Amino acid sequence: MPAELPEHSRSRLFPQQARIGRTRRARGVLIRIDSVTKRYPDGTVAVDRLSLEIPDRSVTVLVGPSGCGKTTTLRMINRMVEPSEGSILLDGQDIRQQPVNTLRRSMGYVIQNAGLFQHRTILDNIATVPRLLGRPKREARARAAELMERVGLDAALAKRYPYQLSGGQQQRVGVARALAADPPVLLMDEPFSAVDPVVRKGLQDELLRIQDELGKTIVFVTHDIDEAIKLGTKVAVLRTGGRLAQFAPPAELLSAPADAFVEDFLGADRGIRRLSFFPAAGLELQTAPVVPIDADAGRLASGAAAPYLLVTDADGRPLGWSEPDRLTAGAVDRERLLDFGRPFVPDTDSLRTALDGAVLSPTGWAVAVDGEGRAVGVVSQQVIGEAIRDAHGRVAARADAKAGR
Amino acid sequence: MSGFFDLPSDLQHSYLGLVGLHLREALVPVLAGLLVSLPIAQLCVRFRWIYPPVLGITTVLYAIPSLAFFVVLIDYFGQSETTVMVPLALYSLVVLVPAIVDGVRSVPPETLAAAQAMGFGPVRRYLQVQLPIAVPAIIAGLRVATVSSISLVSVGMLIGNQGALGNMLYDAQAYERPALAVNSVLTIAVLGVLADGALVLVRVLLTPWMPRKGAGR
Repeated sequence: MPAELPEHSRSRLFPQQARIGRTRRARGVLIRIDSVTKRYPDGTVAVDRLSLEIPDRSVTVLVGPSGCGKTTTLRMINRMVEPSEGSILLDGQDIRQQPVNTLRRSMGYVIQNAGLFQHRTILDNIATVPRLLGRPKREARARAAELMERVGLDAALAKRYPYQLSGGQQQRVGVARALAADPPVLLMDEPFSAVDPVVRKGLQDELLRIQDELGKTIVFVTHDIDEAIKLGTKVAVLRTGGRLAQFAPPAELLSAPADAFVEDFLGADRGIRRLSFFPAAGLELQTAPVVPIDADAGRLASGAAAPYLLVTDADGRPLGWSEPDRLTAGAVDRERLLDFGRPFVPDTDSLRTALDGAVLSPTGWAVAVDGEGRAVGVVSQQVIGEAIRDAHGRVAARADAKAGR
Repeated sequence: MSGFFDLPSDLQHSYLGLVGLHLREALVPVLAGLLVSLPIAQLCVRFRWIYPPVLGITTVLYAIPSLAFFVVLIDYFGQSETTVMVPLALYSLVVLVPAIVDGVRSVPPETLAAAQAMGFGPVRRYLQVQLPIAVPAIIAGLRVATVSSISLVSVGMLIGNQGALGNMLYDAQAYERPALAVNSVLTIAVLGVLADGALVLVRVLLTPWMPRKGAGR
């Protein structure tokens, strides 16, 4: 188990990378939305000739301002809304070819505010679809208990009722309920919009973890572009009136928005956010400026070429920065050290975290630590800046190569 | 001298016999009213436009004095319990129909959407989701309907000996025994309180999922 941990945390921090790998393994398109239009009797067009190919075993996010038809599109996939024109194919077959309730039971559905059955216990809520499919009660409940564990719910909650749970816990129950019959497809309609930011981040991380384990085809609706970029393998940006503006992986969305609408929707700091997609592993770390608190005069002098020295405790954990001439061997005053900001872990963090660490640090140098929090080196803003330019250069070269081919 | 619970023979019942009769004449109409209200309320939920006229009709029915009903119904059912119970059942509709409609409508839209998305058909959704969630509202309606029915049974006295405990009021006058009137009124009040308490108990048993007062998360 411990040997798996770094890999695991890596896929958590670079979900896109991890999932790119998995998508290659998968076999293409599961849901094909084919020039679908939804027109209401009063003439409103919610979705306008939308075509999307939703890849198997990945998270496809539909994002856009309110009124862009993203929820309508999602609900057309399980036929809660019937399209006016066009068709939707699931695994190559028109979704209208099977009975509507059979179709729905083969797709998990998670909704804002969870929509739990308030009159049933948590366990019975999760067991709903297996029971609908005719599984015996005992088996359905055993399955439900298993899922509670998978979504991180305490088994003691099984006999509780929804009103006794927090919003975040209810949403976890919602996810468990959607997964109960092990459907290949998961439809999620703004599932995390109604919980506070801290809980939301926890739920998002949990979803990525579950997705790593289960590899479902997830269609996820949100109005939050940050959520879209964090969760999506591919992101479809829809504009008001139900037309597709761009359908691309998040990194491409950030580096090459299709038009002014997408660029505006992405927000002001897309350059910074794009750094999330570049690993910090390649940064060249300097170890000379890192000195232990009990260093002798010779050790201090060897690092004196650097403008600042990072003092660590006996275990190698960073304590703070100091100018070399303010340090006296054997009598380092911890109180007088400068704060070292937030360290980053080169193996799992991105250039964005590294840059953030450097910006936060009063010396302009970011501190790199290993998984146990021991300092492994320091890196300056200049070096990070060069790494960013290199990374951009590599992406551009790849794009050129692709275009040339 | 006869005791408090000794009744004149023309009442044709012992005290407890009258209590049983009274409960039957009061509760059977409420039960019948509930059975009629459920489909009517479901129609009102399904087709919103029929709700206002249905409410209007039940209100008008409630405004018709029981005596007027008796005059018509005696032609069909004679001076019987049925004649007393039919108007009582009709009166209960004015409380029960809106109670059920409000209860069913109180189911949150996301709960209904979730049920639909999980593949519940309309019947299953009604029986397994909407109706159970409406139970508190339905029982609130039943409490009003039941207590009012228990007190209204007494008017059956007007068509001759069909008012159960209410008949004691007539005898109190006829035999100049005011204690009978006191007994009648007190017993009816106690029955009302007990029936109400029983319904509260039923609600507590049926809805363990309701937030309890004072028991926060």
